[in-house]
Amino acid sequence: MARTVAAFKVDYFQFLNPDGQLIEGQQLPALARDFERLVTMYRQMVRTRVFDKKAIALQRTGKLGTYASCLGHEASHVAIGSAMRPEDCFAPMYREYGVQFCRGVTLTDVLLYWGGDERGSDYAHAPHDFAWSVPIATQCLHAAGAALAYKLRNEPRVAVSVVGDGGSSKGDFLEAINAGSAWKLPLVLVIVNNQWAISVPRSRQNTAATLAQKGIAGGLPSIQVDGNDLIACLWAMEKAIEAARKGHGSFVVEMLTYRISDHTTADDARRYRPNEEVEEAWAKEPVARLRSYLMDQGAWDEGQEQALLAECTAEVQQAADEYLDIVTNDPQPVTTMFDFMFAELPHDLAEQRAQAEHYQDTGGQH
Amino acid sequence: MAAITLIEGVTLALARALEEDPGVIVLGEDVGVNGGVFRATAGLQQRFGEQRVLDTPLAEVMIAGMSVGMAAQGLKPVAEAQFCGFTMPMVDHLMCHAGRMRNRTRGRLSCPMVLRFPTGGGIHAPEHHSESPEALFAHMPGIRVVMPSSPGRAYGLLLAAIRDPDPVVFMEPKRIYRWQKEEVEDNGEELPLDVCFTLRDGSDITLVTWGAMIKETLQAADQLESEGVSVELIDVATLSPLDMETILESVSRTGRCVIIQEAPRHCGVAGEIAAGLADAGIWNLLAPVKRVCGYDTVMPLYRNELNYMPSVRRIVDAAHQVLEVS
Repeated sequence: MARTVAAFKVDYFQFLNPDGQLIEGQQLPALARDFERLVTMYRQMVRTRVFDKKAIALQRTGKLGTYASCLGHEASHVAIGSAMRPEDCFAPMYREYGVQFCRGVTLTDVLLYWGGDERGSDYAHAPHDFAWSVPIATQCLHAAGAALAYKLRNEPRVAVSVVGDGGSSKGDFLEAINAGSAWKLPLVLVIVNNQWAISVPRSRQNTAATLAQKGIAGGLPSIQVDGNDLIACLWAMEKAIEAARKGHGSFVVEMLTYRISDHTTADDARRYRPNEEVEEAWAKEPVARLRSYLMDQGAWDEGQEQALLAECTAEVQQAADEYLDIVTNDPQPVTTMFDFMFAELPHDLAEQRAQAEHYQDTGGQH
Repeated sequence: MAAITLIEGVTLALARALEEDPGVIVLGEDVGVNGGVFRATAGLQQRFGEQRVLDTPLAEVMIAGMSVGMAAQGLKPVAEAQFCGFTMPMVDHLMCHAGRMRNRTRGRLSCPMVLRFPTGGGIHAPEHHSESPEALFAHMPGIRVVMPSSPGRAYGLLLAAIRDPDPVVFMEPKRIYRWQKEEVEDNGEELPLDVCFTLRDGSDITLVTWGAMIKETLQAADQLESEGVSVELIDVATLSPLDMETILESVSRTGRCVIIQEAPRHCGVAGEIAAGLADAGIWNLLAPVKRVCGYDTVMPLYRNELNYMPSVRRIVDAAHQVLEVS
């Protein structure tokens, strides 16, 4: 007769319901009552959302290239960024601005990148973080490699990477789990499951009940949380990062959220998903949820809300002005195409560099 | 007969192939309900069903590897990679399996798959969406590499690629997806693989190119013609194997040749063509062979991409240099 040699479960955590009320009857983390901290993170969430709206407006008016919106991901992203220490390392995909703003990446950096200017990936204030990774899930292995570097050097640092529900179908993600397990790496892999990989819904990636269980298959502790509940996201990230920093190995956190926007500004989601689904998602979105909780608790009021919106709008406008000023008045010379290829410019590239300078601005003029 | 764009030529050929051969399966990310991010597969799933036009999970290795498996077992997978940058994980299956399936089984198994994807820059796309990696695929033994440059050649060459008994990488120059309209009859007639197409006859100089660079090369040819230069213009179309015979024959008459490619110069297809001319055409050459290429750098983000891609002026200048040699 068969005997069970292994058994698994995936725990789901939610502390704040969609109406912004604490779900009692469970042990609540202390941070649920740490209003000073929650307000700080709420402010970061609003800042991220106001930025996102401006970036889309810039794209729609021809001032920015294709842009990937983070609308609806604010709780998951700000929780990840807030739980990390500056010396930790983040390996993003391409829409985690909320994480990156916590880590010192500037609003102008993000605009420069999507505005077709490489200087956007030169983060002055997040010097060891990786730049955006457009090839899906490749960043997970870079984070695993970073984690191995810290482990080999005995540094108490943690590498964190984010992947989507679509990206969880890729080998790179599964290989990162495996590496984290094999070497007990200080690595936290976050699946920000926003239900859509461009036009392909979560249900078409696979029929597994959760994506977190892919971590369990590789031997890692793995949990699922409500990705629109800032408290649950932050609690999970702190738990995972603490374990990784203490040398207990890697961790997988699946955050259930929703991509309210199109995949990018080049996409039109109305072609493949019903509007009712998006309306339902708005009812569960993270910013209003946390605001409602904070207001109920007397930790936030309408006056503060209006002041914050005005402050964020001004900051975002300033970043947009700065971005437009840089690309208009200080564009990258064509020679910068060559100057960062190698530590020292090889001789054949030096010849091409001179040629490129000679022919500067002759392309596209017919 | 309707006037259609290059991308509509792709869609028309896919529909034709799906209709005529029940073994043809279109698969890829967002190719079904969404009809492809460039709309190349628009309407195909509605017309042929989910069994013939498959939305895959987001997994390029899976798409390539399963295409090899399907092809070896009697199907005709026509896989789409969403952008050139996302073909890199697929290289393993192309290099180590698709290109050698027939050879290593001494003909017992074959791999009649097509991998199609948009290639090249010039549309203000994000990072990794604008490269021209044709030489990478052309370097793989056992893989055909095809790139159309007009609606009619998109239709005819894609049909030929799908019907071909061996693996074909079919690269679609997205910058000219919607550049020109041309009347294309949906008659199921394929165009030949492995041959160049001579688009313009001339006697003073041969310009050789492929894909989206046809656009700038035609403009350069017009400019040269206005100066009284007679230009022969060749679209290579199949980059591997190369039809050197057509190019050699042309250069035997003109004695002068400029090769234009958007891809980086180093180890590119232009270099291979130049080597072919050095090998078998050197006694007919009246001047050195020049290449006008993208630079050997990372493809810049969009603000500088036009400074990367060969301009009309660069092509004309190279032609002048070649024409000045007496």
